Amino acid sequence: MIPLIRNEVVNKKLWLDDSEFMDMLAIAQSMPGPIALNTALFVGNKRSGFKGSIFSGAGVILPSFIVILLIAMVFTRFRENHVVERIFRGIRPAVVALIVSPLLGLGKSAGVNFKNIWIPLVVALSVWLLKISPVYIILTAIILGIFHFIHVKQIMKK
Amino acid sequence: MELLDLYLALFASFFKIGLFGFGGGYAMLPLIQREVVDVHQWISVNDFTDIVAISQTTPGPIAFNSATYIGYTTVTDMGFAAGYGVLGSAICTLAVSIPSLVIMTVVCAFFSRLKENPWMRAALSVLKPAIIGLIASAALMLMNGNNFIDYKSWIIFSVVLVASIKKVDPILLIVLSGVAGLLLYPMQV
Repeated sequence: MIPLIRNEVVNKKLWLDDSEFMDMLAIAQSMPGPIALNTALFVGNKRSGFKGSIFSGAGVILPSFIVILLIAMVFTRFRENHVVERIFRGIRPAVVALIVSPLLGLGKSAGVNFKNIWIPLVVALSVWLLKISPVYIILTAIILGIFHFIHVKQIMKK
Repeated sequence: MELLDLYLALFASFFKIGLFGFGGGYAMLPLIQREVVDVHQWISVNDFTDIVAISQTTPGPIAFNSATYIGYTTVTDMGFAAGYGVLGSAICTLAVSIPSLVIMTVVCAFFSRLKENPWMRAALSVLKPAIIGLIASAALMLMNGNNFIDYKSWIIFSVVLVASIKKVDPILLIVLSGVAGLLLYPMQV
């Protein structure tokens, strides 16, 4: 999706230059919420303030809203259908495989290595087995990151 | 007002998903699944997996897709007319977007200071690897007896995993698994 956004925003409409786009992307990915929405809101706001972000936000939300609403309306009628159920029996394990397959690449780009691999492992196990809410995981991770930073800063002073 | 309560509960859940949905995409799945399947039991884990499948084959962020879909189905499943379902859809989609709107408005105001901010980098230093763990937990939470009913499920899983690592198009893989489902599971009597 990102090359698509970049082509539209940087190459076609000239709303941002390339380095602005990269900075914006880094921030949009660091903030909560869908990345496509954050990107749209940023560009809208940069070009014409809060009003601009309302319109760019609506623009990125509406297509999937309409498509999924139609699917929901149709699909709810066929949910009990035997043929549909057999198709989805095949699809469900594939869905999980598609979530697993990008993990290695994503781990590399998130800077996961032998020293910090315990972090994703502890997170995965505590959400899966201990049923700890991801909300607490996220808050804990942010606090730990900040404490670690303060700690390193103090060592540097000495 | 049963309907109003449902709207409020849907709004609160999806607002929370928008507010804590760090990492986007699959990283938001455990949070969404927890809210809509475990806590509120609005949909079954099978239905949730089907929504993820629909998201993988249509463009658009998974958080929006699940908001739109769940907003409609939970309202209509409780016996309300389709029009109320559409309103439920709109409420959920709006709720999941509002935190982003507020946060990005603030970010734009302080953009130059946030760009290279060491505190922000510090906050993200543990969060980034943690997000990888959240994605892994999304997969683990979906690997249950409802989605993996027998050995055939594991065969489909393994084949799709290898094919996907080899960069085969995910939409094609979903379609082929659907065909496999039709062929592998006989008509029920």
